Parts: sequence; C-alpha cells; structure tokens
Amino acid sequence: MSTPNLHPGLNLGTRHGAAHEGAETIVFGFWIFLMSDLVIFGLVFASYLTVANPMGMAGGPGPADAFDLRSVFIQTMILLTSSLTFGFATLAMRHEHGRRAIAVWLGVSLLLGLGFLVMELRDFAHMIEVGAVPQRSGFWSAFWGLVPLHGLHVAIGCLWIVVMLVQMAVLGLIPVVKTRLLRLGLFWHFLDLIWVAIFSIVYLGGLMP
Amino acid sequence: MKFRHLSRIVSLAGCLALSACSGTQDTFLLPGGPIAAAQRAELIKILGWTMIAILPVFMLVPVFLWRYRYRNRNARYTPDWDRSWLLEVLMWGVPLVIVAVLSTQLYRTTHALDPYKPIASDNPPLRVEVVGLDWKWLFIYPDLGIATVNELAIPEKTSVALDLTTDTVMQSFMIPALAGQIYAMPGMRTKLHLLADAPGRFEGENTQFNGTGFPAQKFQAIAMTQAAFDAWVAKVRAGGQPLTSDSYAVVAEASTGAEAQKRLDAQTLPAGVIHFATVEDDLFKTVLHRYMHGTPVPPSAQPGAIGYDPQAATGEQDR
Amino acid sequence: MSNAILGRLDLSSLSIWRAIENPTGSELIGAGAAMLVIVGGLAAVILLTWFRLWKPLWRDWLTSVDHKRIGIMYCALALIMLARGVIEGALMRTQQAFGLHGGFLAPDHFSELFSTHGTIMIFFVAMPFIAGVINYVMPLQIGARDMAFPVMNQISLGLTATGAALVMISLVLGEFSTGGWANYPPYTGGDFQPGPGPDYWIWAIVLAGIGTTLSGINFAVTIYKERAPGMDFLRMPIFCWTVICTSIIMVFALPPLTVAALMLAADRYLDFHFFTNDLGGNMMNYVNLFWLFGHPEVYLLVIPCYGIFSEVISTFSGKRIYGYMSMVYATMSIAVLSFCVWLHHFFTMGQSASINVAFGIASMAIAVPTGIKVYNWMATLFRGRVRMTVPMIYATGFFYLFVVGGLTGVMLANPVISFQVHNTLFLVAHFHNVIIPGVLFGLLAGYHYWFPKAFGFRLHEGWGRAAALLWIAGFSFTFLPLYWLGLQGMPRRSVTFSDPAFQPMMWLALFGAALIVSALGCIAVQLWISIRKRDQLAVPLGDPWNGRSLEWSIPAPPPAYNFAVLPQVCARDDFAEAKADGRAYRAPGQYEDIEMPDNTAIGMIVCVCATLLGLALVFWIWWLAILSFAAMILALIGRTFRVNARHVIPAAEIAAEHRAWLARIEAAPAVDRLEETHERNLGRAVLEQPGRLEAAQ
Repeated sequence: MSTPNLHPGLNLGTRHGAAHEGAETIVFGFWIFLMSDLVIFGLVFASYLTVANPMGMAGGPGPADAFDLRSVFIQTMILLTSSLTFGFATLAMRHEHGRRAIAVWLGVSLLLGLGFLVMELRDFAHMIEVGAVPQRSGFWSAFWGLVPLHGLHVAIGCLWIVVMLVQMAVLGLIPVVKTRLLRLGLFWHFLDLIWVAIFSIVYLGGLMP
Repeated sequence: MKFRHLSRIVSLAGCLALSACSGTQDTFLLPGGPIAAAQRAELIKILGWTMIAILPVFMLVPVFLWRYRYRNRNARYTPDWDRSWLLEVLMWGVPLVIVAVLSTQLYRTTHALDPYKPIASDNPPLRVEVVGLDWKWLFIYPDLGIATVNELAIPEKTSVALDLTTDTVMQSFMIPALAGQIYAMPGMRTKLHLLADAPGRFEGENTQFNGTGFPAQKFQAIAMTQAAFDAWVAKVRAGGQPLTSDSYAVVAEASTGAEAQKRLDAQTLPAGVIHFATVEDDLFKTVLHRYMHGTPVPPSAQPGAIGYDPQAATGEQDR
Repeated sequence: MSNAILGRLDLSSLSIWRAIENPTGSELIGAGAAMLVIVGGLAAVILLTWFRLWKPLWRDWLTSVDHKRIGIMYCALALIMLARGVIEGALMRTQQAFGLHGGFLAPDHFSELFSTHGTIMIFFVAMPFIAGVINYVMPLQIGARDMAFPVMNQISLGLTATGAALVMISLVLGEFSTGGWANYPPYTGGDFQPGPGPDYWIWAIVLAGIGTTLSGINFAVTIYKERAPGMDFLRMPIFCWTVICTSIIMVFALPPLTVAALMLAADRYLDFHFFTNDLGGNMMNYVNLFWLFGHPEVYLLVIPCYGIFSEVISTFSGKRIYGYMSMVYATMSIAVLSFCVWLHHFFTMGQSASINVAFGIASMAIAVPTGIKVYNWMATLFRGRVRMTVPMIYATGFFYLFVVGGLTGVMLANPVISFQVHNTLFLVAHFHNVIIPGVLFGLLAGYHYWFPKAFGFRLHEGWGRAAALLWIAGFSFTFLPLYWLGLQGMPRRSVTFSDPAFQPMMWLALFGAALIVSALGCIAVQLWISIRKRDQLAVPLGDPWNGRSLEWSIPAPPPAYNFAVLPQVCARDDFAEAKADGRAYRAPGQYEDIEMPDNTAIGMIVCVCATLLGLALVFWIWWLAILSFAAMILALIGRTFRVNARHVIPAAEIAAEHRAWLARIEAAPAVDRLEETHERNLGRAVLEQPGRLEAAQ
C-alpha cells in the first residue's frame, strides 16, 4: 500500500525511491518502539518522583549535596548541539550532499555524544565521592535507575553511529542504510527530549529551594 | 423480597458448611459485626442486580443452540442480518444502567465502610496496635499496657481501632466474620476498625503469603462482655511475662506461634498464644521507625530474614 | 559460596543431588520432575538423531522466518508448557485435598509449585499460544505475505523460548522463586530469599517480556501497513481488531513489568533500595508497577480470544457477526479501560476510599463492553444454522462459565467485597474462571478451527468433543468449589488448612483436577490419532468450515507466500461474499514474481545466548554473562550487514502451483454442512441458501 502521506517525522522525499517507501513501514515500527521506550522512562520518572522526598532520602545526602548544576548545564548544551548536528546529517542525506557530508556531521554528533558521556561520568564520580550512591537510599536508587538509563541510551546511540559510519563505508548509501539513519535520528532526538525532562525535573527540580 | 430471600439461603448454607467445625466463626457469610454484615449484604445485592444481565444469557443460549441447530428445517435463516437498533440500545443500555446503579451503590458503601473510619458505638473505643511477624500476630494494647500473641480479646459493642504494621515482609490482616482485610507493611501504618455485636470467637488470619509458616498464621479474636474483658486483662497482667526488647527479638524470629510459645515457656496458654503483662514503651513506634532511621537494617537485625539473629537485633534496637 | 568459574553453582544446586542427600517425598517429586526434563530432552535428541530430523528441523523450522511456521512453533511451545502447568496444578490440588494438617509436599515445594504454575500458565502458555495463533492467522486474514518484520518475529520467538527454557532448567538446577507469579518484594528481596529462585523469575520474565514487546510492535505495524488492497480497517475480521488492541497492550503494558523486574534485580544484585524495607525503599511502587502491567495483561490474553470466538461463532452459525461496529467499539474500550483499573488488585493497601471508588467504578465499567460482546455473540447465533462442532462446544462452555467469571469480577471490582475475598481462594477461582473458559477455551477452539488450515487435515472430532466436555466439567468441578472456600475465608497459597469443613470441597476440586488431566490426555490422543488418520481427515482444498475470511480462500497448508496474487478486498467477510457472488476461486490474469525473506539463524543465536545469559546471571557466573551478552550484541550487529537477504519465487512456479490447486477445486465435490466432519469434506463448501433449509435443498 502506498499513501501519499507518510507518518509524521523525518521523511526523505519521493526521489529517494525504495528508501522513501521502506520508511513507511520501518520508521513507523520504530515510532512504536520509541513509544514503548517512552513508557519505560515515564515509569522510572514516576518512581523517582515518589521517593524524591526526605523519607526516600533516608537521612542520606540530598540533591543539593551532589548535583553540579554548571556541569549539567554544559551537558545539556552539548546534547542539544548534537541534536542540531544530527539534524544537519539528516538534511545532508535528504538533499544528497554525499556520503562525506553525512559522515562528517555524524562524526561531530558522535564526538558531542561522547563528550556528554564523559562529563556525565565525571559527575557520577563526584556523586560517589560524596556518598550519593544507590546503596545509600531509595532516592539515590531511583536517581541511579533513571539518569544512567538515559546515559546508557546515549552510549547505545554512539555505538549505533559508529556502526552506521562503518555501514556507509562498506555498504554505501543503499536504501536500508538510509532508513537506518532515519531511525537513528529519531532515537537521537528522542534522547534529547528525555534529557530535557531529566534536566528540568531531576536537576532543576531537585535544586529548587 | 428477593434480596432477603437470597440472604436467608446464603446464611443457611453458611451454617451447613460450619456445622462440622468448632464454635469459631470464620466467614463474613455469618457476620459477627456490622461491617461484615454490610459486606454480606453488598455481595447479595450485586448478585441480584447482575442476574438481570446474566439470566438472559443462561436461558437464551440453549434456546438458540437448539432452535437454530443445523438440522432444524423449520427455523428461519438470515445469514446477512447483522444489526438492529432496538437490540443495540438494549444491549448497551441495560448493562449501562446496571453498572450505574451498582456504581452509586459502590460509592456509598465504599465510603461508609472505609476501614479507616471509626465505627460509632456508645462505649469508648479500644485501641490495639498490631505487629505482623513471621508467622504470628502481636497485639499491643497501648492504653492497658499489655500485649498478646495470637489472641485478640475485645469487648463486645465497642469500636476497636487497629493500627497495623509488620516487622518483616508484607502481610494482610483479616478477621472475616468481623471486617475485611488490610495490608500491614514494614515502616508503614495502616488502620482498620471493627466491632463485634455479641460475645463470640472469630478466626483471624494473614492472607498474604509470607513463607513456610504461612498457613499457621491464624489467631483467635474473642469478643466478650465488658466484665469478662476486664477479667481477661487482669489475668494477662497477673500471668503474663514482660515484653522487653529481648523477648520481642525472640518472638519476632521466623517461627509459628506454637514455636514461639515454647521458646518463651508459655505452654500453659492455648496453642500459639503468649501473654505479656507489661510492654516496653512505644514498642509499636520503635518497630515502625526502625525502617525510617536512615540506617541500614542488615539481615541479622531484620526479623524474618535469612540470617536473623535475635541477639544482634537487640543490640541494634538499643542503639 | 561463590567462585570465579562456576559462580554460586555447586553440587547442591542439582535437585537430583538434593534428593539423594535428603530423600523425602517432596524432594523426590522434585528430582522426578528434573529427571523428566532431562529424559525428555535426551529422548528428543535421540529421536531427532534416529530419524535424521536435525537437518529438516534446522532448515524448515528453527531458521524459518515464515510467520506460519513461527506461529506453529509458538503453539507447540505453549502446548508443552501447558502439560507442565496442568500437572503442577493437579499436584497442588492433590496436596490440598490431603492438606488438612498435613499432605505430602514440603511447604517450600508447594510455594515453588504455585509460583511456577502461575508464571508458566501466563507467560509460557497463554502468551505464546496467543502469539502463535496471531502469527499464523492474522497475516492470512488481512491478505499479507508475512509479518512486517519477519526476522524480528523470529527473535521474539527465540526470546520467549529463552524464558520458557529458564523455567524448565530451574527444575534441574537450583530452585524457582516461592513468591508467587507476582513475586512481591520484600519477600522476594535479597534479605528474605537470597537463593537463585527470584532471579530465575526475573530473567525469565525480562527476556521473554522483551520478546513480547517486539511481537506487539510487529503485530501492530503488520496490521497498520501490510493489509491487502481494499482491506479497510472496517473490513477486517473481528479477530484482527482484537489483535490491534492486544498489540497496543503489548507495547504499552509490558514496559511496567520490565521496569519492575529490573528494579527488583537492582535491589537483589546491586543492593539498590527500590523496594527494600529500609533506607527509603517502597514496596508499594512494585505493587503499582506490577499491576500496571498485570491488569492490561489479562486483557491482552482474553481480547484475542474474544476475536477467536467471534470468528468461530460466526462461521459455525453460517452468519455475519452481529453488531460488527459494536464489537469494534467494545474491544477498543476494553483495551483502553484495561489501563485504568490496576488498583483493584490492591484495594486493601490502605489508600483513601475515594481512590478505591474511582478504580472500583472503572473496573465495573469494563463489564459493559464485555457484556455487549456476549450479547452480540448470542445475536449471531440467532437465526443462524448452528453446527455443534468442537469449537462450538468450547464456545458454549465459554458462554456459561465466562459469564459466571464476569459476575464474580463485578463482585471483586467492589472494594467492599474485595476487602473480604481478596487473597482468598475466591480470587483464585475468579481468575481461573476468566482465564480457563475465556482464554484457554478460546485458544483450544482456535486450535481446532485453524488446525486444518495449518496442516491440511482436520483434527479428530470425537476425541476433540471428549476433550472439550472434560475441560468444561473439569473446570467446573475444580474451581466452582474454590469460590465457596474463598467465601469461607480460606487464603490462597495455603499448603495446609486446619478447618475440616473445607475437606469435601477440596475432594471435589481434586476430582475436577483429574478430569482436567484427562482432558489434556484426550488432546494428546486426538493429535496422535489425527496424524495417523490424516488421509481420511484431509482438507487440502482449504475451506473445511465454509469459512468467511481470506485465510480460507487459499490451499491448506498455504504456500510460503500465502497468496499467489494479493487479493483485492471488496467487503467485510470477503471470502463469504466472493463465494456468494461467484468471485471465488478465479484464476488471476497474470502472476508476478514474489520476493520472500531468506532463512536466518539469528533467532536461534539470540535464544542460545540469552539462555546462557540468564543462567549466568542467576548463578553469578559473571564471565559467561559478559561473554554471552557480547556474543548476542555482535551477532545482531553482524546481521545488520547482511542486506538483500531475500530470494525470488518465480511467477511461473507460482502460476503452476496455483493453477493445479484451482483444477483440483474444480474437480472436487462441494459438500454441505451436514458432511462437514465427514471424510468427503475435502475443503470445498457448497453455498448455503438463506430461507428455510428445505427450500434450499
């Protein structure tokens, strides 16, 4: 079945032929997967909120003792920028600027993703230093269940970018590679969205007086 | 009327089922207090209302299956008939009306029978604090300064206000003939109110599975006249032992009531029952707050856990 | 306790060794079950080697990405696990029948039994059976060549098999959880159950759960995107509508289970405090998360069975389904409402009366659309021509018993009653009363209904009737007495009881359990006899029941590509309309090449790696966990480099096969419904005329 209106999201346009048509089913399926993943994040958020109180903290350190807002703000900027650069990669694919342009933008996004992870790991190290470990309280268990889960997703995203860079080199820009890049793009932007929620609810919310 | 008729059948059947056992009431079909009685009335009411929707199915299915059997040459056959406005309205309308009626009923009774709501009675209410342990119940009478294991004596026609928690895994406390159940959870306090209309013995139990001794976690709730209750209190005060942190640590160990009774040398009492003449101050609060201190409770100090050690637990509590 | 190579696995992990050291009756039963698993496995290996079936098994089944074969494998898995689940249930009934102050099972063994019984029946019988039927039937009904993602479909099957394998292995190595199928902490936390039991539950559930989520995505996308031309949403068979609802539930309701189980794992493995007693843990979060999955789950199970009953009742009444639109609305509203009622599983947790009221009313509201469905099926019987075949016997049992389950459901939806009967045998009776007549009868009806389509021959009718009647009687004798015991206040999960008044009902229930075991025996015998008599039961032409939807318009068993030419759908019940208009069985103007996906071993690789991963995690064998996980990820990434893994079936070959089949149709006798279960029924039906029967003849 081919309908003129594809699902919402990133489209390639009809001149991409098979990749455009393949996206119909494949990207739609990925949207559904993301919805399922969103439910997971929603539930972990909800669990976090139920213990973000003195009882959940059980006399242990609180957000103010362990969060470094400056570092988190920089992480936010890095991740948002990486979304922008990934957007450029998608546009480069859509407008057929060639494999090189796509690879460069993907590489930039990868570096930004890795930078984000390095900074996040440094924050985690600091938290461990001040005793904000998951073994300490229900609150920190929930925090370590939520924020590193996002970090794990970013790490998976980085691995995926590497795989796509290799596939672009080995297989070329064949339709299946294109639809995979579309899905990776959705994934990458989705992680941004989750991060915005983490930044506002966990970090800003936690540090609010 | 229909409902009253049904209710008579239900109680009759309940009596039959119970005729074999001792004088202990263990079902809300033979209620011993207003809560259980209201719950039984609710059950019968639902049974009656839902019959309006269910009886047509019971009666018409065999009729249709017989009348429209393949070999019946006289029945009409309309393979393309697939809608009728009248039927549609009936099919959606009748269940909707029934559910609406039952919903208003549910709204009223759920609020009226809220276990957190005190029950009105002429006598001053009795407070009891309940600690669920593996596999027994500890009842503390804070205003009387006594405590028991597996024996809940209450005066008749008196509202009993129970505060519940556990010092181990989650449990669920129920005396079916008096009131429904409520969960007891570590570090949390739940409430239940009940009232017995007349003297009697009622079986109480834990319904939430909590390990090998689970089926033995039963106790007797004994409703008595005020005079008998006072005598019972005096008896507990005279014959019971003190409930100290040491003896509590032993009671708290994973064991059935009978085993704990043996450990504390109280075998003269009915099986599984222990009486305590005095109770260390605020034991219930201590139990409740153990999990809120912000210090870890290691298995050695956690009643019910594998590796629980009463001695270590006592040290822990003293700290 | 734990070493670097074998983790915490040692000699005493072997249940057979435990029985040698401590030969009590209970341990011996455990060891016997372990022997059964080992002997069964060995027998399978020997038989496969003896008959040289390894190669065909690998080539035609294990590496197949054909939705039909995957569906059949799901059903086979479910039937094997059903045997174990039924035996466990019968064992529990026997224990309780002798359970007045005693019995023959140790309490821990009994607890393991109710935990594995529940886990197996829900996750490894009902779910795979449903996934199997959906896999087989849905693409045929919407006129598709395969699932949207055939390889992912195979991986889903692999992960489901992994979970089932872990539960089976727990009979031999270590022990299973004793915390019931819901596995509530803190009882299942590290402090109270440090052994491998709850870990088996966690990894079996998580791995199989991921598979189910992927299945849900696959089913949804297939229906949304792969329908044949002209197959509008409102022309789909009701079964496909129920599949949409179920796949929505799969996608949205499985995540809470995964989250709850993984949080429990974090508590047990890494000393987190999500659900612990101390340091700010909160077990109520687990209870909420679990039932946020658990309630939609029961609708996930029963909704497709509503679909099966819709197909069965309409076909065997020779009529359109009554109230198609009502059915669609009702199914959809059940699916949506199923997410709004989870709290009724714990009205007794101490929340305010107003919250209980809200969830109580929402729960009761589900009775409305469910009632509509029952009435619609009755209206479908009305003025039909009903044949009491095996699926219809199941449907009749369903009508009666399911309605009783609905009645007690309305009772349980009322907090006031729930306070009394929660956690008692009343509850046990209730959920068996919806799941056996609703889900299992539906699936068994579907099994009889679609078996001829899948294998080209019908199942033996007599043995099927015996099985169906035994199931209905067995269910009634086993579970209706439990309602009474529950009203008498007997808690569920009691290995023993002390009230002699319970005894007679317990014996009645044991009698029922014996009937259920014989029902299962009848199903096994029926399969055996049907295979032996397959020539007399053959229906190669594909339409043994005068079917109404597209799956009956193709040969039985269907070719790998399903449809020689994708059908052009013009109406609801398109095949029935086509037969009436004379459009059916027409040769198309031209045939085209068909491209189909190649076989792949990736599903098996994932299955083996995930099983090893699960075992390694249960027994703390960290090196194996890392190795198997890495191998799985590498295999999946490696697989993505294999593009164009498709082969072409040439048009000429398809044309030859299709024309040969059409010629056989032409030559074959069309039988009427009196001869439906007769040898003469080769799968071509004569047209039923409306009006009175004598007029038609």
